[in-house]
Amino acid sequence: MLSRLIPVRETILGAAILALLLLIASRFSGFVAPANLLNVFNDTAPLIILALGQMVVILTRCIDLSVAANLALTGMAVAMLNVAMPGLPIPVIIAVAIGLGAVMGAINGLLVWKLMIPPIVVTLGTMAVFRGIIFLISDGKWVNAHEMSDAFTGFPRAVILGLPVLSWVALLTVAIFGIMMSRTALGRSIFAVGGNPDAAVYTGIDVGRVKFLAFVLSGALAGLTGYLWVARYAVAYVDIAGGFELEVVAACVIGGISIAGGIGSVGGAVLGALFLGVIKNALPVINISPFWQLAISGSAILIAVAFNARSGKTKGRIILKSAEASE
Amino acid sequence: MTDGSTPPRFIPDRLRTRKTRILHSWEILLLAVAIAIFVINSLASPYFLNAWNLSDATFNFTEKAMIAFAMALLIISGEIDLSVAAIIALASTAMGFAAQYGAGTPELVAIGLVVGLLCGVFNAIFVTILGLPSIVVTIGTMSLFRGISYIVLGDEAFRGYPASFAWFGQGYLFWVFTVELALFAVIAVIYGVLLHKTNFGRAIYAIGNNPTAALFSGIRVQRVKFILFLLTGLMSGVAAICLTSRLGSTRPSIAQGMELEVVTMVVLGGVSILGGSGSIPGVVIAAFVMGLVTFGLGLLNVPGIVMSIFIGLLLIGVIALPRLWTMAAAKRGRT
Amino acid sequence: MTEPLTPVVSMDAITKIFPGVKALDAVHLKLYAGQVTALVGENGAGKSTTVKVLTGIYRPDEGTVRIDGTPVTFTDPNAASDNGITAIHQETVLFDELSVAENIFIGHAPRTRFGLIDRHAMYEAAARLLRSIGANFDPRTRLRHLGIANKHLVAIARALSVDARVVIMDEPTAALSHKEIEELYELIENLKSQGKAILFISHKFDEIFRIADRYTVFRDGAFIDEGLIDDIDRDGLVKLMVGRAVDHIFPTREMTATEDVLQVVGYAHPTEFADIGFTLKRGEILGFYGLVGAGRSEFMQSLFGITKPSKGVCKIKGKIRVIRSPADAISNGIVYVPEDRGKQGAVIGLPIFQNITLPSLGRTSRSGFLRMVEEFALAREYAERLDLRAASLDQDVGQLSGGNQQKVVIAKWLATQPQVIILDEPTKGIDIGSKAAVHEFMAELAAQGLSVIMVSSEIPEVIGMSDRVIIMRDGRIVAEVAGDEMQPDVLVRHAAGIGEMSQLEDA
Repeated sequence: MLSRLIPVRETILGAAILALLLLIASRFSGFVAPANLLNVFNDTAPLIILALGQMVVILTRCIDLSVAANLALTGMAVAMLNVAMPGLPIPVIIAVAIGLGAVMGAINGLLVWKLMIPPIVVTLGTMAVFRGIIFLISDGKWVNAHEMSDAFTGFPRAVILGLPVLSWVALLTVAIFGIMMSRTALGRSIFAVGGNPDAAVYTGIDVGRVKFLAFVLSGALAGLTGYLWVARYAVAYVDIAGGFELEVVAACVIGGISIAGGIGSVGGAVLGALFLGVIKNALPVINISPFWQLAISGSAILIAVAFNARSGKTKGRIILKSAEASE
Repeated sequence: MTDGSTPPRFIPDRLRTRKTRILHSWEILLLAVAIAIFVINSLASPYFLNAWNLSDATFNFTEKAMIAFAMALLIISGEIDLSVAAIIALASTAMGFAAQYGAGTPELVAIGLVVGLLCGVFNAIFVTILGLPSIVVTIGTMSLFRGISYIVLGDEAFRGYPASFAWFGQGYLFWVFTVELALFAVIAVIYGVLLHKTNFGRAIYAIGNNPTAALFSGIRVQRVKFILFLLTGLMSGVAAICLTSRLGSTRPSIAQGMELEVVTMVVLGGVSILGGSGSIPGVVIAAFVMGLVTFGLGLLNVPGIVMSIFIGLLLIGVIALPRLWTMAAAKRGRT
Repeated sequence: MTEPLTPVVSMDAITKIFPGVKALDAVHLKLYAGQVTALVGENGAGKSTTVKVLTGIYRPDEGTVRIDGTPVTFTDPNAASDNGITAIHQETVLFDELSVAENIFIGHAPRTRFGLIDRHAMYEAAARLLRSIGANFDPRTRLRHLGIANKHLVAIARALSVDARVVIMDEPTAALSHKEIEELYELIENLKSQGKAILFISHKFDEIFRIADRYTVFRDGAFIDEGLIDDIDRDGLVKLMVGRAVDHIFPTREMTATEDVLQVVGYAHPTEFADIGFTLKRGEILGFYGLVGAGRSEFMQSLFGITKPSKGVCKIKGKIRVIRSPADAISNGIVYVPEDRGKQGAVIGLPIFQNITLPSLGRTSRSGFLRMVEEFALAREYAERLDLRAASLDQDVGQLSGGNQQKVVIAKWLATQPQVIILDEPTKGIDIGSKAAVHEFMAELAAQGLSVIMVSSEIPEVIGMSDRVIIMRDGRIVAEVAGDEMQPDVLVRHAAGIGEMSQLEDA
């Protein structure tokens, strides 16, 4: 009965993160100092933002493997825009980044919606195409820190009320998605489409359109993160965030978002991202090579998907009255 | 055209002769494309029509195609394995590790094959015994397998393979024909026979088209899928031996992104990404098409990353164009 | 009871045609405010199609739907619900991961000034609706935490939330316990008193006589009769429902063999069936009758090795056999022709000959390698025996008509040379001509010494074909009848439990 009030998966994951922190703190107390934890959060912010976009896509029974390539392409585009027009105000840069990302998401979405191509194929393909386009527009060259304007690179690092803007953007995204998923018709439709597409049609929801919008959301967030990423690290080149899409999917799967669609929560995605973020930041502290990270997130995906599948097994129809009574 | 003229009770075995069936197939279209690319390439670059250059060009596809054959069977059965490139990394790392301790060529080959096989079994256990979706499982093992390579190697590389080990990736059987090309041909024939001439192959098609009906027909569905994952792992091991031998070194980033090219090759070869249809000859021709295109673009000094645009577009286009075509035809039919 | 003048909804001469089948043939249906109309008919009578026409999922080919006497056209499900028609489906079509209140209000939730969903108002309204139908759970509960009965209540609350004038209940009691059914009756009375028109679809006669005011009978997609429940008795209704016992001639046959082929003792499953035991003789046709959901198919699939029984012994020709998979069953001479041809029977995408030889590949091949000549020969032999109509043997099964697909599936099983063949609803959804061919063929098989188990919900077929009939209800065998005892009303009474539930009727 308690399970009705407390979401089980999120609680277990939250407890796991807490246990992880305590374990690290027992030997390296500096890690759990508030300032360091804020650092960890700031470092994880891009993953949190992307995981929320990926969550929406996965909830509708799709997957978006092109987010990292989208991020890199948008990052390069805005970096070059900044070089060409250093006076362009940051809000315009951000709008361009979100818009460009959304367009790329829309391309994925249209191919899934109108041509009904499996999302895995579409985004595997656009992933390669987006990366290739970066090379075409940049001619394979890097955009370095000294070429970017101070305003461009300074924005995500500016500190407001003790937190960098990057962290604030992540918090804002979490808040917006929290409201969107629970309080808007689109948010509820996203759950409905993934949970029971046939029934969604009966309630008058256009399943293809909802999937399309999910890809647009994911793309827009990837675009936004593209600017933040390039500005924060003050460099743009073809391979930035290479393979980051796997980490994003890992965050979602660890966060309890079912790859079969319809099951998941904003809290889960955020916790999944934080789990990976804590591990990533803790590895150097506890003297484990950062090269362990990939294998750890891979194992986490496998454990999480096996665990979630086991807890989510559905019961069949019960015919025997006696069996029903004993349920 | 179908019935009416057919008298009751007599049903011919086949409506179309073997010739018309082949002429109307995806494979013949693909073959025409391959020939066209060949002609364009030889007109575009004076270096193209050279036996030794062409022989070098085969390396663009032989290793990928070895995996693509097993992957084709897996995709026809309705599953997918995205971890193949990571299996190459892990198998190659294991071989490099053994080579540091003085393992000879036969041991290295055995290690490559066994690691590939074990990785395949690992995937198979998650998909067929635990019943988890293969996309997520292999995205997970993709990180795990390559992650282990990173743990072992970090930013180092293994070198110092025995000289005789170079035979697989650099050797020639006679004249311009490489060991890899011969291996590719043998594997193509084996998979072609397996898929098209055996009960096992028939079971793969049945499972891909309708897993429930296949189960109801007495096919041991999970066992077949287990074997297919195992074969895909094994072929990744073979590819790892060839690639490692050719490069002469192992870095953890070896074969990065190769799963995309393997899947593209399979889909280009006419295998339905939804499962149920496709052929090995199709994949063979697709391998040549992709190899010729990469080689041709290479001769024109197009960088590798730009070729990936081409591969990505090819992957989407191959599926999208027939659908656009049918949609346009349906629209024309309605008005 | 005074006769209201205009029905809230009426279907006038509605016809709906699917490729090869006339699902509805100029049917009439009238629903009146404050009354429950029971729609009665066998499986395949056209009840589900009627529901889909009324809820805007199908568009009729001919005829008119009227609301308050005015003709209307529903272009989509939204149009029907805008007109106040709402349905509670057999399988609840709801969303497990959403809260009860969200399920009730999806698509029409109250909004705040900012356009967001007003959760406070939504939960309040949901709580009010739930209270009004006597449901005492929190509207914030996730749907997946509710049992089937409570999910039904949510579906009903959803129906009420759109201010429906017409409520369609499609087999609402199929998954409910006796107590929950009683509660449902109270709810229906409540809805009646609010002036809603209710369409009640059920197989169960005690329910119909308990709750309905009017009846309408369909048979094979055609309108048969309508009237007031008070003017008819059970036997009358059964006769209207199954009436056409004579319009199809079944092959006459004689059963002589006495040798036992299959013996099943004490088969049980934790949730689906219990205590199943019977003996099947050589050359016998044994019918299994029961309502949908009585556990017949579930038992058959267990006998075929798809699900594992928790207890039970299966003997073939006196020897105990363990069947753990369909492959085991096939090698022991038991085959199963499933009801769901699309999903479980034919492999659409493979040619006819490959479908036929699929379970027999062990015989047509040599050490694992296919032999096409043998395959075509085997496929041809059985295609001809079943008089299959096809352009060629390498044609895709998906291009064949339903009846011919069924023949391919049967051919596939006969080609394995089985001893026992289980046919699950062998003639469901196929036209009359093909039905007769299938029946004749069954008789022929039995005459050749094959033992047939036929699961069927069509009374004429069960009676016309079977030597004996076993009747199942709620996962158990409740009766076995043979000879002159095989009468429509006997079967219906046992299957529906009429007579045994008298305490309910008296209440």
